Amino acid sequence: MEQVPKTASGPGRVLVAVYAIFALAATSRAAVQISTKFHEAPLAYLLSALAAVIYILATVALARSGKTSWRVALAACGIELLGVLTIGTLSIFDSEAFPDATVWSVYGKGYFFVPLVLPVIGLLWLRHTAPRRTNPVDRPVG
Amino acid sequence: MISWFATTIVACSVAVALWSFVLSVRNREPSKALLAGLGVVELLLVAQLVIGVVLLIGGDRPGSIATYLAYLIGCLVVLPVGALWALAERSRSSTAVIGITCVAIPIMVLRLNEVWSGASA
Repeated sequence: MEQVPKTASGPGRVLVAVYAIFALAATSRAAVQISTKFHEAPLAYLLSALAAVIYILATVALARSGKTSWRVALAACGIELLGVLTIGTLSIFDSEAFPDATVWSVYGKGYFFVPLVLPVIGLLWLRHTAPRRTNPVDRPVG
Repeated sequence: MISWFATTIVACSVAVALWSFVLSVRNREPSKALLAGLGVVELLLVAQLVIGVVLLIGGDRPGSIATYLAYLIGCLVVLPVGALWALAERSRSSTAVIGITCVAIPIMVLRLNEVWSGASA
C-alpha cells in the first residue's frame, strides 16, 4: 500500500491549500512590484520576493512526504514566523523603509492577519506530525 | 468591469464555501452537487475573463493592464488546482479544502475590481 505523506494528510491538506494560496498571492505581488517599480523600494520588494519563496517552499515541503521535506517545512515555517514578526514590526516603526505593502506588512493586516497565524499553525502541525525517533515498530519511510 | 456580475461571482463562491464548510463539519466527502457548484463558479470566472478582455479591446483601461490580466487569469487556476488537491484524498478535509479555495475567489475578485477602478498593484 502506498504511504500517504503525513504532513499533507487530513487537516494538513487544508493547511497546504492555504499555503498554496499565499504562495500564489505573494509571488504575484512580488512579481508586479519588482517588474514595475523596483527602484522605489528595493529592500522592501526583495523581502517581498523572499516571502514568496518561503511560501512556495513551505507549500511544497508540506505537500511532500519524508523526513527531509519535514525538516524543510520546519525551516520554512520558522523563517516565515520570524519574517512576519520582523517585517511587521519594522513596517510600523520605520514606515519609510516599507512605503508599499508586502504580505508581511503590519503583521499581514492586508490579509486578515492570516500570515501571522499561518506559521504558528504550521509549526504546531509539524510538531504533531514529527517523525518519531525511538519507536521500533515505525515502518520505514518511502 | 460589470459590478453586478462581480457581485454574482462573489455571492456564488461564498455560497459554495459555506456549503463546503457545513459538509465538512458534518464529516462528508465532497458531493457531486458540491463539485457542480464549484463548476458553476468556475464558468462564471471564465465569463468574467471574456467580459474583461472585451472591455479592454473596447478601449477601457484599468490601473494596470498586467495586474488586471494576472488577476483575471489567476482566478481561473485556483478552483481546478484546489479541486485536484482536494480529491486526491477524499475525506472531510477535502471538503474543507474546496471551501478554502472558494474563500480565495471573492478576495481576488474584489482586488480585480480595485485594479479596474485605478489601483496599480
